[in-house]
Amino acid sequence: MSEYILEMKNISKSFSGVKALDNVMLQVKPGEVHALMGENGAGKSTLMKILMGIYSSDGGEIIMNGGKYKANNPKEAMSVGISMIHQELNPILDMPVYENIFVGRELHKGILVDKAAELKEARRLLDDLEISVSPQMMLRDLSVAQCQLIEIIKAISIKAKVIIMDEPTSAITDHEVNVLFSHIESLRKQGTAIIYISHRMEEIFKICDRITVMRDGQYVGTDTVKNLDENKLIKMMVGREITDVFPKLEAEIGEVVLKAKNISRGKRVKDISFDLRRGEILGIAGLVGAGRTELVEGLFGIEKLSAGEIYIHDRKVSIHSPRDAIKHGLALVTEDRKGSGLNLGGTVEDNITTIAIKKLLKGGLVNKSNMRKAADEYIDKLKIKTPSRDQAARNLSGGNQQKIVISKWLLAEPEIIIMDEPTRGIDVGAKRDIYLLMGELVKNGKSVIVISSEIPELMGICDRILVMAEGEMTGALSRGDFSQENIMAYASAIEA
Amino acid sequence: MEKVKKPFDKQRFIKEYGIILIFVVLVAVMTILSPNFAQPKNLINILKQTSINGILSLGMMFVIISGGFDLSVGSIVGVSGVAAAYLGMGEYPLIIPLLACIGLGALFGLGNGIGISFGNLPPFIMTLGMMTVLRGLALVISGGQPVTGISGEYVNISSGFLFGIIPYLAVYFVIAIAICAFVLTKTVYGRRIYSCGGNMLAARVSGINVKAMQTSVYMIAGIMAGVAGFLLTARTTVGAPTAGEGYEMDAITACVIGGVSMNGGTGKWYGVVVGALIISVIANGLDILGVSSHYQKIIKGIIIIVAVLADVNGKNAR
Repeated sequence: MSEYILEMKNISKSFSGVKALDNVMLQVKPGEVHALMGENGAGKSTLMKILMGIYSSDGGEIIMNGGKYKANNPKEAMSVGISMIHQELNPILDMPVYENIFVGRELHKGILVDKAAELKEARRLLDDLEISVSPQMMLRDLSVAQCQLIEIIKAISIKAKVIIMDEPTSAITDHEVNVLFSHIESLRKQGTAIIYISHRMEEIFKICDRITVMRDGQYVGTDTVKNLDENKLIKMMVGREITDVFPKLEAEIGEVVLKAKNISRGKRVKDISFDLRRGEILGIAGLVGAGRTELVEGLFGIEKLSAGEIYIHDRKVSIHSPRDAIKHGLALVTEDRKGSGLNLGGTVEDNITTIAIKKLLKGGLVNKSNMRKAADEYIDKLKIKTPSRDQAARNLSGGNQQKIVISKWLLAEPEIIIMDEPTRGIDVGAKRDIYLLMGELVKNGKSVIVISSEIPELMGICDRILVMAEGEMTGALSRGDFSQENIMAYASAIEA
Repeated sequence: MEKVKKPFDKQRFIKEYGIILIFVVLVAVMTILSPNFAQPKNLINILKQTSINGILSLGMMFVIISGGFDLSVGSIVGVSGVAAAYLGMGEYPLIIPLLACIGLGALFGLGNGIGISFGNLPPFIMTLGMMTVLRGLALVISGGQPVTGISGEYVNISSGFLFGIIPYLAVYFVIAIAICAFVLTKTVYGRRIYSCGGNMLAARVSGINVKAMQTSVYMIAGIMAGVAGFLLTARTTVGAPTAGEGYEMDAITACVIGGVSMNGGTGKWYGVVVGALIISVIANGLDILGVSSHYQKIIKGIIIIVAVLADVNGKNAR
């Protein structure tokens, strides 16, 4: 009997002649948490989609639970005991939570749906994972983080032998992560194997037993967590050493450029005041539901403020729409790049030139050559990996997509750039590029506000960190006073 | 975790059942505007008018909720109506033309379904093509002329009354409503239709056979259209090749007014029923008031726009 519950051997896959996977191997033991790591584009998601029956492999074999295995669709994968938490959330927005949880495997009596049983089970699962959401709420009314938690519930409740978790914590913060981890522990004790895909090193080293690394569609190696450290791991993933994960450039911090006074938005943002200085990177930390995204959406004019004033360069401004915000020199890179940041069907060039298009006109008309030049300039500046500027945005990896969104904003030459979770779901290399970019921006006299759920990230790159909890500002720290415990305490609204 | 009992949510109530309120108000207004409106004879007329379109709308409802769109149902009515007329002249028991209509409807629906789910044709294009082909087919089979001479028994299917007062057509409509409502709200199949329409990708990765679901809803729409064709021939006493022209628009209108979103994933069966009734009530009421059919078209269009405005903005208000 093999010591492995799952073996993927010599898996290859090409898409239109481009080799996405080249003889990749993965072996997973029962009851282990096995990390699958690699930069974006390394092929991790592709490999898992083959396992889930969403794609079919061109070559190689898979052995599941001792028997040869090939899933032609997700249903077959699930019936053999494999389930997946997808990186790209698939919520059915106009359906209540309890129906979403049981999509495709509805609880039933004969041909009739057993709603009562579904509600009961849904309530139990929600309570188990400590999610304070009613099973009858519509997914449309939930936040991105809550949707991700529902996705987690879906996979866990299938009672699989192998659960694939693809970036399960990208939208949730530390408290929920701990709850998830305790569930992973109990799953592990039951003998369930978990394939864990994440870019968050801290989590990998905390919960995983072994790590398999992929690079550019190829298998690099597997080792136990004990034998690896962050540097060794990065070297395997990237093929070169990266000495500092959070590069911090020196920038002169100047006068106050933005003053927010008593900003309120109903119950979600309560009386927030803060200053932002030239050359400064200001971080905003907090748990899910703290109101950080709501705060910046209010500042940017996407949603109405119920109270508060905004001063830019000491002059009071009224911002009623994103158009006003842009006129006053603000930029907002949103939390959800696929939902509100990109024109997925458009090309790299289309996306980059969206906002600042008026600057690229010639004689009042669209000028292709100007647009091309602008796109090329930013593809170069931000090291965007794309075969051409005419590549559709949806075909690029997460990191490159994010760079396109940022380019779009930078082309408009803003003074104050707000970034909401800019490095979510992005690999180490691209993250570093974005940190360096932020450093460049403030060095040149701009100011940056960054919202993030990764406290180490904020501590690495910010000059000051504001902490929000339940709509209020509970703490403000300068670089010298940064400490993970303090920030967590403020975020949990506990007296530090 | 504390569970707070939710107070009566007025906004949610209006959103869910508002269409019924609108219908009641509409009937009241029509009654006030003209005393002839509320006469039993007129009300029966309205019921009869609604039944055939209502059955068609119910079939369309399945398609739209699943995220699709069907322009061909009107033509299916025409073709099956012609076939039913040929088979309904007394030679065969009436079950034969009925089965023929159901069979043809299922067949054409299957064609739509295969083109859309396996051929990856956009529903609009596929059903547009089918609509044109079938209209031509109806003309060919009938030789361009209405098929006359259906049996008295067949005519009675539409003109007869249950217990002397309830029109048979209304009975068929109620049966159709019962079946459709049951399937949509109580069965696993019905739940999956909403899943597919709500997020096709999510449905697929959750193991639902999306292609089979898509094909099946077009077959349902086809079957309902076949039945509608069977009944229409009885009602008009001829199998006209041009019958049903434009009926797909009324079916879509009924769904839209009834709160079925064009994006799929939402919609209630009672909304569609009320939607079909509203269309008939308005047409009937305006007729009695002497408003020309030209103006009626304008009014119908305005109602569609208002109904969709309410749906879209209701969703965005958070």
